[in-house]
Amino acid sequence: MAVFRESVPRDIPGKMMELNWTLVLLLALLGAAGVGMLYSVGGGSWEPWAINHAVRFALGFVGMIVIAMFPPRFWMGLAYPVYVGALILLVLVEIAGVTINGAQRWVDLGPIRLQPAEIMKLALVLALARFYHDLEDIKVTTISGLLPPLLIIGIPAILIVSQPDLGTTLLLAATGVMVIFMAGLSWWFILAVAGVGLAGIVGIGVFGLENILADYQMDRVHAFLNPDFDPLGINYHPNQAVITLGSGGMTGKGFLEGTQSKLGYLPEMQTDYIFTALGEEFGFVGGIAVLAVYALIMAQGLIIAISCKSPFLRLMTIGVITTFASYVFINIGMVSRLLPVVGVPLPLISYGGTVVLAVMAGFGLILGAHIHRNAEPPRGAGLFG
Amino acid sequence: MRADRQEQDLKFTRRALLMAGAGGLAFLGLGARLYSLQVLETERYRLMSEDNQFNFNLLPPSRGRILDRFGVAVADNRDSYRVLLVPEQSGDVASALDRLQPFLPLGNYERERILRTARSQRSFHAITVADDLDWNTFASINLSAPDLAGVTPDVGEVRSYPYGPAFAHVLGYVQPPNDEDIANNPRDAERLLRHPGFRIGKTGVEIARESDLRGESGALKTEVNARGRVIRELPEQSTEPVAGRDVVLTLDADIQRYAHERLGQDSGSAVVMDVNTGELIALVSSPSFDPNLFVGGISSADYAALRENDRNPLFQKSIQGTYPPGSTFKAVVAAAALEHGVVPPSETVRCTGSVRLGDREFHCWRRRGHGLVNLREAVKTSCDIYFYEIAERLGIDRLHEMATRFGIGEQFDIGIAGVRRGNMPNPAWKRSRYDQGWSTGDTYNTGIGQGFVTASPLQLAVMTARVASGRAVSPTLYRNAMMPPAQHIGVNDDALAQVRDGLRAVVEEAGGTSFSLGGLGIDDIEMAGKTGTAQVYSITAAEREAGVREQEDLPWRLRDHGLFMCYAPADNPKYACVVVIEHGGGSSAATRPARDILRRVVARDPSSRAGVFADLGNDRPGGA
Repeated sequence: MAVFRESVPRDIPGKMMELNWTLVLLLALLGAAGVGMLYSVGGGSWEPWAINHAVRFALGFVGMIVIAMFPPRFWMGLAYPVYVGALILLVLVEIAGVTINGAQRWVDLGPIRLQPAEIMKLALVLALARFYHDLEDIKVTTISGLLPPLLIIGIPAILIVSQPDLGTTLLLAATGVMVIFMAGLSWWFILAVAGVGLAGIVGIGVFGLENILADYQMDRVHAFLNPDFDPLGINYHPNQAVITLGSGGMTGKGFLEGTQSKLGYLPEMQTDYIFTALGEEFGFVGGIAVLAVYALIMAQGLIIAISCKSPFLRLMTIGVITTFASYVFINIGMVSRLLPVVGVPLPLISYGGTVVLAVMAGFGLILGAHIHRNAEPPRGAGLFG
Repeated sequence: MRADRQEQDLKFTRRALLMAGAGGLAFLGLGARLYSLQVLETERYRLMSEDNQFNFNLLPPSRGRILDRFGVAVADNRDSYRVLLVPEQSGDVASALDRLQPFLPLGNYERERILRTARSQRSFHAITVADDLDWNTFASINLSAPDLAGVTPDVGEVRSYPYGPAFAHVLGYVQPPNDEDIANNPRDAERLLRHPGFRIGKTGVEIARESDLRGESGALKTEVNARGRVIRELPEQSTEPVAGRDVVLTLDADIQRYAHERLGQDSGSAVVMDVNTGELIALVSSPSFDPNLFVGGISSADYAALRENDRNPLFQKSIQGTYPPGSTFKAVVAAAALEHGVVPPSETVRCTGSVRLGDREFHCWRRRGHGLVNLREAVKTSCDIYFYEIAERLGIDRLHEMATRFGIGEQFDIGIAGVRRGNMPNPAWKRSRYDQGWSTGDTYNTGIGQGFVTASPLQLAVMTARVASGRAVSPTLYRNAMMPPAQHIGVNDDALAQVRDGLRAVVEEAGGTSFSLGGLGIDDIEMAGKTGTAQVYSITAAEREAGVREQEDLPWRLRDHGLFMCYAPADNPKYACVVVIEHGGGSSAATRPARDILRRVVARDPSSRAGVFADLGNDRPGGA
């Protein structure tokens, strides 16, 4: 029985040998791009963002390698506790969160200030992967196979949407749905849900979108559909973002030469709008290069997912990659006015500690999946088993 | 079991590839979007980004100067000291003004204006707190500026008229443009016109030559951030303002000022002209006003005082006032009579003091008569009876034709607005104006320059110049070296010489009406002239009974206008001078000022300087 089994490295040196260096290199490229752009947006200065970003990226990088060393069984055991812990933090945010920019997203834990929503993104992936790992394939499209995942997704989604943070909620939902799909949900069922969804959209049309979205979200949708509406108000930032990108042209204005970014036409340039600074200074060529790196990372992630033998590792990898890809798509889509304004950072390039650490942790899990791709942990293992 | 596993693996791989495809499509969409923004439409966004990045701050041009014939500036620009306040740097504007109060006391109205401006614009834009400060105030604010946050002393340019009232009517003045000015200017000038401190010509040369004087504004390119604050200036990409062109007048500032002073507070005009070119040497209207008052905004009390003054200082009498030329017109009548041969120079007419025409009696100014007079004597003594006679012989049509040749009734364009054409009557005119036929009495009146004939001081100067030079000169106010010499007037030279001989006798021979002047008073240079009186009011028989016999007994408004035309040197005329004193009570009010002005003009002439400039010195001629 064990004859066909390919080996799983057991010691640290062996595991290090199995590290997916392609993925590591691609991630390092993104980190470097992030440090460079934050240096530029900071006015050609390491302060206040570039240096922090570099330190966080380095810390995250080490953490990523450490996480990659742990065997799948460890993460399977941790999946539910981490999920429950993240849920508790989300509730804490609701009760005693720190409000920044009008949204309660942070929880203050003494020296560190955490965004529980970021932790939840990983916790959700782990919990879903664990659930499907334990579930027999034929039960995927049954009530007992469907209800728990929907609850796993729905509870945090409701908590986060009330912060309010539509972007993260959409990410969670997209990730969860993708994991369910990849777990093998029957096409018949998918078609049925799609039909219901379509009916729902029609229902929203009748019922009115404004009864579902918050006022400010409704305004953003309205502004997105009418670029000339209120150009100095709600449409100011989306329009300026497009000007910033478009003015970069084919090859850009040059590193540190971006005028839009330097003169403050966009606020929070270091976070959600960092891609426009990149597009302004490096042009279409630079933007496409960064898109290509993201695409290669996703491709690499999918290859790893396919190469994994256990459902847990496969779905975990799919979940992390989906979250990651959704970040990229929503962020770049938003800053290029392909989508309405949704506050989502550009992973590993935008400034923001929790996101960098969470994304690096996610890739730690993927690198671990690659190392342990041949491992086949049994179903229904115990808490830490 | 194994088959099941394999099928599961395959299903996962299929779906993973599907997912990869969907992701790939999404990224392709992003790439296409970037291509559209950054490659296809980049030009548009590049322009928008530059619009964001750069501002062009207007740099107003220096207004061209106005110079006299010798290059002396009669309208200039001087530095104006002002104080600006930048609310962003000063903090609360009201308390900043309180801190300024010891140096610069501001009234409530000004305070309100500043506070209102501060509320209406962004806080980094400067507000003009006070303009055109005197040096002491400005210096004390400068000294304290380091302690007065947000207060910036600044130097701008403002129009100044160093000769004040002397040039007020000719130059006009500048003022901030009103909405009508902005509407009447091309749209691209609007920014300049709305620029704080910009002034536009309102009257006189200032408005007539506005397009030369204004110049072109420059632009300072500045890089601004999203809040509009200037990050840096880019002088190498800016355009310098082009100063307006200087305008050179034919006037002589010295003569102009002298003539203005010489008229004093009398209501009247003085015009000096070069008889060979028509260049105006002086063009004065009195009383005048200080145009500098208008530049900074004249107070309504000052303006009301000017408007209500019964001597009408705002009215440019030298070109806008028209008066019967009185006896000065006799020079033209005499020329016409000689030209048409209606009277041989030696023929005499008996003046008994009056002549009957039908049931009307026409008087000579000299009630007891002149006795037998020929043309020369008639001009010299200004005998009215003689001129009634030759006017009748000429007839109104030939009189009209000759007067027109001398510029009476002609519309002149000297390059400023307001020039009136006066009137030279003829039967057709009287018919259309009064629906009455022309009478011989009308011809009589016209013959002595009374009745319907009217002329402005400018026209009288042209008439004098044409008599003196025999050339059909036209008056000009602007220096132009390319001006062609004037044509001969087309009157027999011998006739003109006889008229000029009579005019010389008026001043230079005993018995002449202006012999008492004592001539020009410069060496042996002789002058010629002709007095004139324009009747304003006839003293009635009842008033005569009551003792009103002299002009001095009448109220000012009813006294006759006094006129004097003259030129010098009599043998080789160069300069003509005409003075009209409204309600002067007779020609004597005008003769002496005219002689004094002419004397000064001749003294300043380069050819007479060597001989006489020294004795003229700095005295004020006129007392002789």
